[in-house]
Amino acid sequence: MTPTENATTTLNREPTNSAADLKAADLSAPEVSRIRADFPALDQMVNGHPLAYLDSGATAQRPRAVLDAERRFLETVNAAVHRGAHTLAALSTEEFEAARETVAHFIGARPDEIVWTSNATDALNLIASGIANASRGRGGPDSARLALKPGDEILITEAEHHANLIPWQELAVATGAVLRWIPLRDDGTFTLEDAAAAMTERVRIFAFAHISNVTGSVAPVAELVELAHAAGAITVLDACQSAPHRRLSVAELGVDFAAFSGHKMLGPTGVGVLYGRAELLAALPPVRTGGSMITTVTMERTEFLDPPQRFEAGTQPVSQAIALAEAIRYLDGVGLDRIEAHERRLAQTMLAGLSSIPGVRTVGPVVGEDRAGLVSFDIAGVHAHDVGQFLDAQGIAVRVGHHCAQPLHRRLGLTATTRASTYLYTTDADVERLLESVAGVRAYFGAAS
Amino acid sequence: MSDPLADLYQQVILDHAKRRSGSGQLDAFDAEHYERNPTCGDEITVQLALSADRKSVDALAWHGDGCSISMASASVMSELVTGKPVTEVRRMIDAFRELMRSRGTIEPDEDLLGDAVAFQGVSRFVMRVKCAMLSWVAAEACLTQVG
Repeated sequence: MTPTENATTTLNREPTNSAADLKAADLSAPEVSRIRADFPALDQMVNGHPLAYLDSGATAQRPRAVLDAERRFLETVNAAVHRGAHTLAALSTEEFEAARETVAHFIGARPDEIVWTSNATDALNLIASGIANASRGRGGPDSARLALKPGDEILITEAEHHANLIPWQELAVATGAVLRWIPLRDDGTFTLEDAAAAMTERVRIFAFAHISNVTGSVAPVAELVELAHAAGAITVLDACQSAPHRRLSVAELGVDFAAFSGHKMLGPTGVGVLYGRAELLAALPPVRTGGSMITTVTMERTEFLDPPQRFEAGTQPVSQAIALAEAIRYLDGVGLDRIEAHERRLAQTMLAGLSSIPGVRTVGPVVGEDRAGLVSFDIAGVHAHDVGQFLDAQGIAVRVGHHCAQPLHRRLGLTATTRASTYLYTTDADVERLLESVAGVRAYFGAAS
Repeated sequence: MSDPLADLYQQVILDHAKRRSGSGQLDAFDAEHYERNPTCGDEITVQLALSADRKSVDALAWHGDGCSISMASASVMSELVTGKPVTEVRRMIDAFRELMRSRGTIEPDEDLLGDAVAFQGVSRFVMRVKCAMLSWVAAEACLTQVG
């Protein structure tokens, strides 16, 4: 089987949201080489070997354009936004708001539907905490529609990252609502039918990952949203593993809230994005309070600004937001549909290769089924931590552990897995080295039967 | 092999990771402690039984799940401390912790630490030090329980 044949099969079988995706060409080897030249961190030796960076699912490397954009802003403009009468303050504000427009355009939203956060975890907590505040009577008359009461249900899935699980546990405790979840099948995935079986009229919030950070499985977002909306629930999409890797339109998908992080999409750490449909953001009470989010303050009470500023108390990650906008321009320049096709092909090569190594068990969708560009696996008799150490000694960077998804691992009967994740700069050689290296793991640790 | 990996995974460690001396549960014990490494999910429960005069460690058993470093470390420790005076076990724990924090800068006391000196290489892998310490920390907590 060649990678190309494999990718073609996958692309033909896979239902996507966009017909354009079906036609997107993979990135050629020379294109990937040119892309890699933009990423200084990729060009280094680690433990005597050229770095094979297969941990972009945790954090992506940044192209020079992004590093330069942040530096250029700091060296020429840097000033407080939304205050001050001087020229640099005005320029700062313009660039900051232009960055918001870039993010909005990138996901098919309006600029006033984009709230800066410090990361996706922060964004998900903001939604949950805002709903908790609405539930205790805070906010305006509109806020009551978001309020939860005892007996209401919050629905998630058993596959969620802890960042899309714990905020909902806390919200349930705070409001008396019941946290329920869609149970996973043996392969760590769930189907639309499983979701339908779990959806009741009592569900008020349905939060789920677009792409699982462990199994790489892709949720049928539009269909799930339709299901939730029919039950009267609002939807929250964890887009951490999708926004960086495939074209994402919140308008087309119909989601009410979405969250993702800058550092997983070639941007800086310290900046994340919360998307909220305008009418819902308008109904959401503030969570963090302080400077920059008010209209009138007396010693007794405060009037709050409209979204998005209502949710942006205090100094914001300005240079990071501007660099994130540059990252988005870089991604758009390559083309999200082509990045997706590239990663899809690499994932199928990894999956087929890993599956054929004795003692290796991959989790999630099998060869030929749709999955994102990451593969998690278990090696019989060898702990993931040891696998990661063994690969690192050969310059191969992977993630090991429970990947902040303990319930999912427990469901799979595993405590930890090794995860290799790809991005636009990942080469076939990176994947080949991973496969060769993994093939030697069991012998090294004396686990080969 | 002169690579750093061989420094970390000494043959003694790889052997102990499979042998798992002391793995299991005691019928009767004076102290029990559960310890977990939240970053990798490794977990261990150590059980400790003292001699009749409560001056030495009669038996130490452990059960748990983790990487080869944490499992081998528990195995080595179990062999080392069995039958030893409590005061000496405390000195072993202190010496092992010092070794693990040394980043490879100190020569371990082989008379005191025996096979545990094989973990010297681990001290240069900062992210693995917790793995090696897991069972020792649990044993220390057991000793604290029995006074």
